[in-house]
Amino acid sequence: MSRKGADIVIETLKKEGVEVIFGLPGGAIMEVYDALYRDGSLLHVLARHEQGAGHMAEGYAKATGKVGVAMTTSGPGATNIVTAIADAYMDSVPIVVITGQVPTHLIGNDAFQEVDIVGITRPITKHNFLVRNIEELPLMIREAFYIAKTGRPGPVLVDIPKDITQQLSDVPIPSEKEVKEALPGYKPHVEGNIQQIKKAAKLIMEAKRPVLYVGGGAVNAEAQEELIQLAEMMRIPVATTTQGKGAFPENHPLSLRMLGMHGTYYANMAVYNADLLIAVGARFDDRVTGKVDEFAPDAKIIHIDIDPASISKNITVDVPIVGDVKIVLGKLIGEIKRKGAKLRYPEDREDWIAQIEKWKKMYPLTYKNSKEVIKPQYVIEQIYEITNGDAIITAGVGQHQMWAAMYYRYSFPRQFLNSGGLGTMGFGLPSAIGAKVGRPDKEVFCIDGDGSFLMTMQEIITAVQYKIPIKVAIVNNAYLGMVRQWQELFYDRRYSEVDLSLQPDFVKLAESMGAVGFRAEKPKEVKEILAEAMKVEDKPVIMDFVVDREENVLPMVPAGKSYRDMILEDGKDADAETMYLVG
Amino acid sequence: MADTVGVEGIKAVKAPRFRELKKGETRKHIINVLVRNELGVLARIATLIAGKGYNIEGLSVGETHEKGLSRMTIEVIGDDIVIDQVVKQLRKLIDTLKVRDLTDVPHVERELVLVKVHAPTSRARDEILRIVEIFRGKVVDVSPETYTIEITGDEDKINAFIELLKPFGIKELARTGKIAMRRELFVEENLQE
Ligand SMILES: Cc1ncc(C[n+]2csc(CCOP(=O)(O)OP(=O)(O)O)c2C)c(N)n1
Repeated sequence: MSRKGADIVIETLKKEGVEVIFGLPGGAIMEVYDALYRDGSLLHVLARHEQGAGHMAEGYAKATGKVGVAMTTSGPGATNIVTAIADAYMDSVPIVVITGQVPTHLIGNDAFQEVDIVGITRPITKHNFLVRNIEELPLMIREAFYIAKTGRPGPVLVDIPKDITQQLSDVPIPSEKEVKEALPGYKPHVEGNIQQIKKAAKLIMEAKRPVLYVGGGAVNAEAQEELIQLAEMMRIPVATTTQGKGAFPENHPLSLRMLGMHGTYYANMAVYNADLLIAVGARFDDRVTGKVDEFAPDAKIIHIDIDPASISKNITVDVPIVGDVKIVLGKLIGEIKRKGAKLRYPEDREDWIAQIEKWKKMYPLTYKNSKEVIKPQYVIEQIYEITNGDAIITAGVGQHQMWAAMYYRYSFPRQFLNSGGLGTMGFGLPSAIGAKVGRPDKEVFCIDGDGSFLMTMQEIITAVQYKIPIKVAIVNNAYLGMVRQWQELFYDRRYSEVDLSLQPDFVKLAESMGAVGFRAEKPKEVKEILAEAMKVEDKPVIMDFVVDREENVLPMVPAGKSYRDMILEDGKDADAETMYLVG
Repeated sequence: MADTVGVEGIKAVKAPRFRELKKGETRKHIINVLVRNELGVLARIATLIAGKGYNIEGLSVGETHEKGLSRMTIEVIGDDIVIDQVVKQLRKLIDTLKVRDLTDVPHVERELVLVKVHAPTSRARDEILRIVEIFRGKVVDVSPETYTIEITGDEDKINAFIELLKPFGIKELARTGKIAMRRELFVEENLQE
């Protein structure tokens, strides 16, 4: 049946099982919006800025594991979503972005609202397409979905010239099989080399001081079960990255919580002293390793990852295994079990666990609470309490993000959504909206900084419009706090352009948009307003927590330094004795 | 401050173990890429290599006998380890079917060069013709003042030829960039596709 290109777009999206599109229309994409209107069966969330639409699609994808979809017009619409695309690229988030383009005959003419978005996003997409004729339109959209969600997930952009959305065609929607056949150069590795898996099994059984280092790849692969099984069976402590949180429950006795720059003392000590590091779906980011040549200096390294280009990129590994994390872990467990009858892990593995317990007691994550002023960590703990640890948490970027990582304990995958690779301020609020759309059954809390919040706060009105009852907790220190912290520690307190004390009244701001606003200035008010906020069920709530302005995120491994240089408490570096002569 | 780390009973001496990727040798690599002839594929490959901070020294692209497939030969000077990364990332591109670093693999390589050289006197003409003959080149265009010569060969041969012509005065020169192919008789087993 002959129909317009615009209708083919909607038809293909429906065939992909898309439930929701986040976007904002304009000239070049109007035909598609018209088709959306005429079809009437897809939910569209009208963002107030295309960056917001992009982060919403990411939040939806991160929370559900499904592909998030965003749609914008050409030119400024397309450039506005670039940050979100880059963010999705860095954190391997499966999203498909559909952009309108000027009509084919005008491409390259500096036409009104023309921009070469395919060129601009080439280095920050997993792949992108410019549709040149209507016959290839449905195939390209389906290819985009297939590429976005398989292998190492990532963003894919499809740029559709306006004339193609207007033309008529009876081209059928291709089948899954045809999509795969159209991509002969794309075959993600999944199985894992069995010889390498055997080598890894042997190393794991022989190691005295093993540590699992788990990243976002384990979340994407849905490998929580396998991870728990491996850790428990072989008694291996587990540290995760910000993206890997929830892949292993943080209330598990073997959890070391987070490693790296703002990792726990015990996670970093464990990694530093390990004789075997098993990296799972992680990529040895510099925020994790610090000084690379002093990262896990005595450890052999096993690296399991779906992306061959991630292996041995930043660090030389001893046993690389390219494959789907879930499948490889499954085989690894099988292999260990097969050998297990003859060979158990060394007795002194229990000494290692005991040593870690000592480290945990020595420097647990703590802060000095106060009766006069609200401590940011206290706010997060109270959010943890009131949500029973069961909420999905999103965050902006900065100190509050790290406190959200430290003082909330994550127990299931896709529970902590934040911008790890790109570090995008403004990610929190729109991603919370996307997450809540995808997981209406879950309480969704955005823990935001006052600076980050201001970057995408226009999306409150979006949440109000669609009655999306997210909770936003602004950890308001009236500073670009993380930058201030670095200035305090490494620039002699020269606070250059970080003061945000001139700020909107967040309560009134919320109310002006039809949301609910609360403010807490005293510690005792924290619980009260959280309790009030939990009662609101049909609109977003913005909570302004006025916190201690100069609280620092600790512990901290300064950038480019070794774990040995960890700063543990304010005014106190981890001194030589506590660091080296442990036990 | 003791220079030991470790846990009770296990006092591992902290020896500097440099896990950081050692720098490899920096040299010219020749990379063969079979691609689908899609819009933007060249830009994609160029972006990737430029993104590593490397310059493409030579590049040739042409269709193969199979419809829609082109073969590219890319010459790039770079660190062995970084080039290995480049190769892995090239393989990840959706439009690449095969990527192979031929540098250390027995292979044949050829380049075609056109040189327009000053040849105003009969002495010069004789001399040039003799060099062309030795190098199995061909004169493809003649004017009262110049010869235009075509020559094919590997890098050494072509460089030597150009050196010999320089004294006469080269007016113009164009090279196609290398094309290369692996030698069949030396197939190595664990060559990664
Ligand atoms: C878009 C963007 N611009 C700048 C930065 C650099 N940056 C990192 S953290 C930070 C401060 C964030 O301030 P705020 O959101 O108030 O959070 P806080 O650190 O105070 O908790 C800045 C400016 C960034 N990460 N993202």
